[in-house]
Amino acid sequence: MRATVLVRPKEGILDPQGQAVEQSLRKLGFAVGHARVGRVVDFEVEAESAEEARERVDEMCRQLLANPLIESYEVEVQG
Amino acid sequence: MKPRVAVIQFPGSNDDRDAVWALKALGADASLVWHAEPELPDETGAVVLPGGFSYGDYLRCGAIARFAPIMDAVTRFAAENGLVLGICNGFQILCEAGLLPGVLRPNASLSFICRDVAVRVERSDTPFTSRCEPGQKLVIPIKHHDGAWFAPPDLVEELEARGQILLRYEDNPNGALDSVAGVGNEAGNVMGLMPHPEHAVDPLLGSGDGAFLLASLLDAVAERPSVPVALA
Repeated sequence: MRATVLVRPKEGILDPQGQAVEQSLRKLGFAVGHARVGRVVDFEVEAESAEEARERVDEMCRQLLANPLIESYEVEVQG
Repeated sequence: MKPRVAVIQFPGSNDDRDAVWALKALGADASLVWHAEPELPDETGAVVLPGGFSYGDYLRCGAIARFAPIMDAVTRFAAENGLVLGICNGFQILCEAGLLPGVLRPNASLSFICRDVAVRVERSDTPFTSRCEPGQKLVIPIKHHDGAWFAPPDLVEELEARGQILLRYEDNPNGALDSVAGVGNEAGNVMGLMPHPEHAVDPLLGSGDGAFLLASLLDAVAERPSVPVALA
């Protein structure tokens, strides 16, 4: 099954990368605000069901893919 | 016997040899230990996790190195009250491993900063700062991109109350919360800091102030019995 993990800086956490991207977009004339930069991790995961895959990916997020002090994550499973 | 210090070498470490050099200059029996080793050398008195870019800093700084084989032994060593010092990337690894509180985030400026900074010693009654006076200013270089220490407000309050903030920047260079440059664990045997004491042990190189910290560590090793490492 194909899993996608979206990792974001938590609400309220200073995100200098997001600020830099926002400034650049504004310089280009785009009216944007509150830009945040996160990370996408895509991979194949072996599992019998989507539910099992989701549980496994959730465990991966807690152990490695996200740091709960500063990041939140979302898991999508397809297939 | 000279204090025996194991300096862990991860793929991508680059201050490992400097750490060994500095510790030897201060009288230690220091040697490199490869990250894939399952155990620390016999009679290890302290472990140093050096600076660098372990595993290319992929994902988050220190996030992958914390799962290196040697880290199990380092975690057991710390749990048995062994002395562990993490410098820069080593600090990041200890935070990711949960051996130290908080996390290191990209500098607020998004710039890599490489220069001498002044830090204030908050406590001198620790194995890492015993040669300092409380409030003493040390000039030690930093060189990092991800050095802004962060922890949630309730955790910071707890750390303050327990005296776990050990070093603060005089002039916050990187956006670290409360100007924190170094923290300790609750038991007091693990410390991490972003400045590089191993680059400041000889006044010829600008400052000798890093020696206050490293020599404190070696004093502490000499004073305590070595931790048995093969108990697993």
